[in-house]
Amino acid sequence: MKTTVVIFPGSNCDRDVIHAIEKTTGTTVETAWHRDTALPKGTDLVVLPGGFSYGDYLRCGALSARSPIIEAVSEHAGKGGLVLGICNGFQVLLETHLLPGAVLTNKTLTFICSKCYLRVENNDSPFTSGYSSGQIVQFPIAHNDGLFFLPPDELDELEKNGQVLFRYCSRKGEMSESFNPNGSLNHIAGIVNRRKNVLGLMPHPERASGAILGGVDGITMWNSIKQWVERK
Amino acid sequence: MNYSEAGLKKNEYEKIKDTLQREPNKTEMLIMGVMWSEHCCYKSTKDMLSMFSSKGKQVVAGPGENAGIVDIGCNLGLAFKVESHNHPSAVAPFQGAATGVGGIIRDILALGARPVASLDGLFFGNIENPKTRNLAEGIIRGIGGYGNAVGVPTVGGKTFYSRRYTGNPLVNALNLGLVPKDKIVSSQTAKPGQLVVLLGSKTGRDGIAGAAFASANLAEDTKESRPNIQIGDPFVEKLLIEASLELRDLGVIVSMQDMGAAGITSSSSEIAAKSEVGMVLDFDRVPLREPDMEPWEIALSESQERMLLIIREDDIDTVTKVARKWDIDHAVIGHVTEEKDYLIRFNGEIIANLPPDLIGEGCPSPEWPMKRPGYLDEKWKFDAEALQTEHEELGNTLIKLLKNPGLSDKSWIYRQYDSMVQTNTVEGPGNRDVSIIRVKDRDQLIAVSMEADPLKCELEPYQGAAETVAKAARSLAVCGADLLGMTNCLNFASPEDPSQYWVLNECIRGLADSCRELDCPVVSGNVSLYNETVMGGILPTPLVGITGLIENENRMLPSGNWQEGNFLVYAGIPNPSVAGSYYQQQIMGDIWGRPLPFSPSAEMDFMKRALKTARNKAASSGRVIKGGGLAVTIAKEAIKSGTGVKMDFVIPTRADIFFFGEGGPRAIFSVPKEKIVPFKHIWSGFPLLQLGEIKGSRVVLPGIFDISLKELETSWRNE
Amino acid sequence: MKYHVKVLTYLKDGVLDTQGKAVARSLTGAGHTSLLNCRVGKYIQLWIEADSSESAYREAERMCDEVLVNELIEDFSIEVDERQ
Repeated sequence: MKTTVVIFPGSNCDRDVIHAIEKTTGTTVETAWHRDTALPKGTDLVVLPGGFSYGDYLRCGALSARSPIIEAVSEHAGKGGLVLGICNGFQVLLETHLLPGAVLTNKTLTFICSKCYLRVENNDSPFTSGYSSGQIVQFPIAHNDGLFFLPPDELDELEKNGQVLFRYCSRKGEMSESFNPNGSLNHIAGIVNRRKNVLGLMPHPERASGAILGGVDGITMWNSIKQWVERK
Repeated sequence: MNYSEAGLKKNEYEKIKDTLQREPNKTEMLIMGVMWSEHCCYKSTKDMLSMFSSKGKQVVAGPGENAGIVDIGCNLGLAFKVESHNHPSAVAPFQGAATGVGGIIRDILALGARPVASLDGLFFGNIENPKTRNLAEGIIRGIGGYGNAVGVPTVGGKTFYSRRYTGNPLVNALNLGLVPKDKIVSSQTAKPGQLVVLLGSKTGRDGIAGAAFASANLAEDTKESRPNIQIGDPFVEKLLIEASLELRDLGVIVSMQDMGAAGITSSSSEIAAKSEVGMVLDFDRVPLREPDMEPWEIALSESQERMLLIIREDDIDTVTKVARKWDIDHAVIGHVTEEKDYLIRFNGEIIANLPPDLIGEGCPSPEWPMKRPGYLDEKWKFDAEALQTEHEELGNTLIKLLKNPGLSDKSWIYRQYDSMVQTNTVEGPGNRDVSIIRVKDRDQLIAVSMEADPLKCELEPYQGAAETVAKAARSLAVCGADLLGMTNCLNFASPEDPSQYWVLNECIRGLADSCRELDCPVVSGNVSLYNETVMGGILPTPLVGITGLIENENRMLPSGNWQEGNFLVYAGIPNPSVAGSYYQQQIMGDIWGRPLPFSPSAEMDFMKRALKTARNKAASSGRVIKGGGLAVTIAKEAIKSGTGVKMDFVIPTRADIFFFGEGGPRAIFSVPKEKIVPFKHIWSGFPLLQLGEIKGSRVVLPGIFDISLKELETSWRNE
Repeated sequence: MKYHVKVLTYLKDGVLDTQGKAVARSLTGAGHTSLLNCRVGKYIQLWIEADSSESAYREAERMCDEVLVNELIEDFSIEVDERQ
């Protein structure tokens, strides 16, 4: 499995992702700079990490989405390659339209950093094959603008197509406003494209990749991806 | 220009004239006025600070460098320092706090260290006051806004409320960084012929003469002060961090300094003085944000996100390449000379010529008088009988204390901070009074405890300061960490008030003595004086941050980890003190008496046994007794553990003193039944009291407490 | 010729404006009981080199489409300064 992590000016979680993936899968991760026009050869998984790329200026992820490297990322996705956008990375994917929707400021109008529970909606994707459908996992969130939004018709489409992969919930899997930290519509925490090779989510799986840090549910995601690549 | 217009005192002006053997010109006077302000040169405390000892075999760099560095093994140095940004935060809370975080990060970066964790010490007025609440919210948003964007986790802190901080909040920002020992950058190694390079943002008029502003009392109408506020840009700081570390790894940084108070002047003259060289600076070459800036404005600008680098001539192309990659400005603004003169050129003229060591070290120490304040004797006339709480009321007292803003749940604060970025946080904010981070790909864990005790410092400055250090040290021992070093921020009122100057000296003495006794070197620090408003001065607030080393995960003792069936054991003297306690302040509305005196032998004994308890896994959970006393500590452990306790023991002293008194090395441990023998062996000879058994969902002591966990938690969370 | 162009971007009507709501609450809390509603947007100023004000307008429009505006959730308006 060959992973490339894209680094934008202001990305903060690149080194965290590299460490989590290398430690979990035993593979070496490469990086691509925002000004590059091509990804390293043989890349299976592209990760757009969390952080405050371009200081969140104009709109979160807006300026990163117009970087030279994005064309190569789109091409990679077009060929069926895997793309994972975490937090700010998810925001970039939304701005590039590789995923549908947009994010608004959290309903609390504050930055929220906390562990939260998610329900894995379906395990029929390269990213979630290692989980069971309906499994409750714990990933931390840390963001100011994570309220996922889509106009009603497009939101229905998204749901009908089974593109919602993660939803905010309680420890027991209940869904309600009180277990939805940012107010995302339909409690949506992460979605895939129709082809299911591009995943974007606000929570951080790389922060749940070690017992010492308080959570191991992220490890399953890296292993799911590794398995998918090996089976290809 | 008259010397007093430049902020200089007569004797200071005379010394400058004497050293230069001529009249200083306007630019030179303005520069000296700021460089010799309290905030910049610590003139009132320089001599007192020599009481601190920075000796220790783990000390790699002590006071004198941008921050202290201690060796944590595996070729890594831990750099850390705490700094204040009090006055700016009073005037513009968001930016004041934000730039405070940014500033201390650059101090750590200046050593070539990657900033890995932040903590913040916040002292506010009464939270019921809407103005205070606005101030607090702005400050917290500022800390989060900057820290989150720059990618450094905020892993803990200390929050304290007292009306003595109304209008003069304190914001103390602490930062920790890691650097391979062989890559540490010094500020003392510049050599003639090398280039002076400015890296980072363009220079504007931000915070001009802000250093002098910090040394002035806050006037009634702080709106007037607005133009002096520095505006921070965490995005540029992040780029600066990555660019600087890249340059460090390429081996091209000879020396580096952060541009903080008095920007270009203080950073460049400091390198010159420490390296014992001279410098010629060309202000025409400084990239400016605003047109028509006067040379003294360029010299003293406090525009943020700028670093000063000393580079060998051959390496300038590398610097250009890296700066361009990260899209940040850079400019060669001067060079290092053999002749020990510090020259500034502008428009073809030499507009300032000062000896480097005069600028940084030459300020004469003012001889403020010192006088023990009269109010102390009054305060010490405390009869413990004056404060009494009946047994039936102890439960309600506990509930009230849990709701006290200083003791209650702070998640509304730390939820706004990213405490997990960099994926090193083992114990973040809200768990206990110690924050723990791991070192990636190594076994070591770093623990840090931030403490203050303004109430006890008010009652007896020396003992209050010693207790502050002791509190931090105890927490580190209980979690299993060996002490590494201490950094401190001294927040006090005006040194020109003889009693306040005496208090300041006593507190420093207390910090110095206790650190020496506990074998904890003082490696860095900061002083903030003149913290007062028309309503009066703040409480004496020495704040300390002590770091510790845990060899590996197995030697760490958690807290909030009570297990059903464990014994709850109290280790400590039976008679603490209510003097300066939360309990006393809450019930009497004021503080009286004398806190427990610092006992080095008792502290060392406690720490030794606590460390052994952690390392031998002789307990499942441990927590030091601090604010609110034993009862509050039990409640917090119960809430975090999700389990209650059934206590049954004979209270050794007056009940309220036993449950709510503070001071002295004391802790509670939950001990598994099979470990009680080894536990008691470790603590043999130390006052120990078995309180009861961990079980159920209530905290019970017949006749005294019978409260459900739910009620404790609801009160503590102020729901 | 140099044109000064003023661009306003704001959230579409169907999109929840939490910022606007919070600002409104703050205003009414501070005593401005006459306030009925509040929405918060952005004001972007562009200085554009163009042959005519129509051409400057079109340039600004292109910039909005490509970068400045997220057309899923935002609307915008453009005004070219008549005075030069």
